[in-house]
Amino acid sequence: MKALRGMAVILGLLVTGEALSALLGLPVPGSVIGMALMALGLGLGVIRLEWVREAGDFLAGNLAFFFVPVGVGFMEYFDVLKKDGPAILGITVLSTLCVLGLTGVFHRIVTGKKRKATGRD
Amino acid sequence: MRGVFSSPTAFAALTFVVYAAALGLYRRTRSSLAHPVLVSIVVLIAILRAADVDYAEYRRGGDFIMALLAPAVVALGVPLYREFTKIRGEAGAIVLTTVFGSLVGIVSAAVPAVLFGLDPAIVVSLAPKSVTTPIAMEIAGMLGGVPSFAAVMVILTGVLGAVVGPAALHLLRVTEESAFGLAMGIAAHGVGTARAFEQGDAEGAFSSLGLCLNGLATSILTPLIIKVIL
Repeated sequence: MKALRGMAVILGLLVTGEALSALLGLPVPGSVIGMALMALGLGLGVIRLEWVREAGDFLAGNLAFFFVPVGVGFMEYFDVLKKDGPAILGITVLSTLCVLGLTGVFHRIVTGKKRKATGRD
Repeated sequence: MRGVFSSPTAFAALTFVVYAAALGLYRRTRSSLAHPVLVSIVVLIAILRAADVDYAEYRRGGDFIMALLAPAVVALGVPLYREFTKIRGEAGAIVLTTVFGSLVGIVSAAVPAVLFGLDPAIVVSLAPKSVTTPIAMEIAGMLGGVPSFAAVMVILTGVLGAVVGPAALHLLRVTEESAFGLAMGIAAHGVGTARAFEQGDAEGAFSSLGLCLNGLATSILTPLIIKVIL
């Protein structure tokens, strides 16, 4: 029952997000707007945490699983990767490492959090 | 073999079983390399190829699982709210970091891709690889790329970020909840966010926020940058 109510709230926010995205021509999909609406609704007390806790924990807790079928689509691109594979994979690996490292370090610098222990500037 | 795999439900069930087993392996080994998404994808592709099933056929069952992706992204609003006080204190820095991370992601993928002489359709499909699937597909499609290929690169990026991210950040001594979480979410979207939650709820919340804001930043910045470099 609780899970069903949570699911209804979540789907309602998703539909609202999708409608807003389409109506306002926003470059962001409905799900991301729905995420913001969820945080906003909880913050304003329009949505109660106990309504969405159960369904929300299930969905967010299994987030990675829902990406698996997209990833299986990799099998369709073996031919593309045969030709440009090393370049594409190399770029992906290097770029991902750049974003990870630089973003993490950048945020530490802008928040002024420097670890004494590391001895770095 | 074909008969068993004739219904979409069977593919959905197969995906559940393979993932459950992969998750078991991950929990037992505690090895980042045994990331359940990575292991599941490899095993499922092997099974489908052995059974001579093409992706389109598998996808009819996969769609059943993918239907939960958008609601799961909405559900990330719950931890976002729970950790709101921590987030509020760093709001300005978070926006700066996101714009910076988005720029790094687009430029570090698109510029080498152009230099390597890759097809423009591949360049624009690689550029949004750090944002969550629906946004990346939208961006790639809008700029003349291949949305389904963009989606595959997104997953590859996510798995990569989840597998090497925590170790790389640890090496750089990026251990603060906010910096760690943002880096995971901005670089590796939902898959990285799931990994960040294993570190802690605050890390997960910052990662959710990074995923959300980077989706916005990247969808605005990619067309501008692509126009300059292509």
